[in-house]
Amino acid sequence: MVLLTMMAAVVIGVVRLRNLFAVVILSSIYSFLMASVLIVLDAVDVAMTEAAVGAGVSTVLMLAALYLTKSEEAAPRHTPLLPMFVAVVIGAALVYGTIDMPPFGSPDTPMNTHVGSGYLDRSIPETGVPNVVSSVLASYRGFDTLGETVVVFTAGIGVLLLLRRNRRGKTGE
Amino acid sequence: MRLDVVLRVVTKLLLPFMVVFGFYVQFHGEISPGGGFQAGVIIGAAVILYAIMFGLDRAMRVLSVSVVEKMISLGVLLYLGTGFVGMLKGGEFLNYSVLEHDPIGGQHLGITLIELGVLVTVAGTMIAIFYAFAGRGR
Amino acid sequence: MSEYLSEVVDHYNQWITIFLMVAGLYVVVARGNMVKKLVGLSIFQTSVYLLYISPGKILGGTPPILADDFAVYSNPLPHVLILTAIVVGVATLALGLGLVVRINEAYGTVEEDEIFDKGGSE
Repeated sequence: MVLLTMMAAVVIGVVRLRNLFAVVILSSIYSFLMASVLIVLDAVDVAMTEAAVGAGVSTVLMLAALYLTKSEEAAPRHTPLLPMFVAVVIGAALVYGTIDMPPFGSPDTPMNTHVGSGYLDRSIPETGVPNVVSSVLASYRGFDTLGETVVVFTAGIGVLLLLRRNRRGKTGE
Repeated sequence: MRLDVVLRVVTKLLLPFMVVFGFYVQFHGEISPGGGFQAGVIIGAAVILYAIMFGLDRAMRVLSVSVVEKMISLGVLLYLGTGFVGMLKGGEFLNYSVLEHDPIGGQHLGITLIELGVLVTVAGTMIAIFYAFAGRGR
Repeated sequence: MSEYLSEVVDHYNQWITIFLMVAGLYVVVARGNMVKKLVGLSIFQTSVYLLYISPGKILGGTPPILADDFAVYSNPLPHVLILTAIVVGVATLALGLGLVVRINEAYGTVEEDEIFDKGGSE
């Protein structure tokens, strides 16, 4: 709970600050806090991925982009009243919706009983893999993992198309 | 004495451990938290650290741009190949149980192969994106 | 009063998730600098991870790795979906940053207002 409050404070800093270098460092801290929260919520695979991806690669890429553009944000021209109002209204409507949701950590919600516990029971007899997340990711839902790998492949090719410079002297347009 | 001596020495000490830890996470992903994506990002981050500390040219001599580009495609090909071999042996696409004599061994083999494919693609993509960003600024 | 306090403890996760989501949305809509918009988008995405994983936790359970000593495990299904979502998020961020770098080279700036002044989409 303390971690969640710290995350909210970091996000307020991200919104208000105009020095973009500080914003990138704060977003790296935010990813690290998110990984800690995920460990408390028993999601260890997700925490490892979020820590490696969010606090590692994502920060390096944002710093590289800042190096290639300028690192200060200009002052806003008009005060953004309408987006703030829309944001507050959406937030209030969502909070009103959460009053009816089941309390934190209860084991008898529909989400935890049907499919999830089915995978927990079927994993060792059918695949022999104790890490249920890996067996679901690779075997029961292997098609989704194929789609995800193709998305990573497409992103790599997209960035290479956008940013590769031809060595012969022409700047790639 | 240059200003980055501490960083260079620590990087030289850390890099082998990072690569070994990445492969440990990959192969131990069935029993402990881990798997293809985490291992791919860790190994990609190790190569990016080497490129940051020792210069882009030396990193490109170790892993040139064409090798990295082929790595990206090789991973997806490995994944699809495992699916198609399952189809050739009589099952549906991505059915691992028909790859070997008993279903559990087939599942193990299939899961290991596709995690390897995911590792190669993710590591290659991270390194290629970093090369593209860093090479643009020169 | 104690019933109100238990209500807060039950739903604190979800309220923080909603605050993070709304803050990320505000940064995307209201700020003009493109790099900051991308940071706001990544904050929005990470708040959605919290939204999916926190109902999956069972109090008194352990991470979903089967071993003989434990009986109650947290739900593994949202973990799998969010793992995919994280990797897709970083792929989107990389492509977005590539586009920002090219926009900077074409227009000389990454501020939205200045790009509209220079004659927007030609």
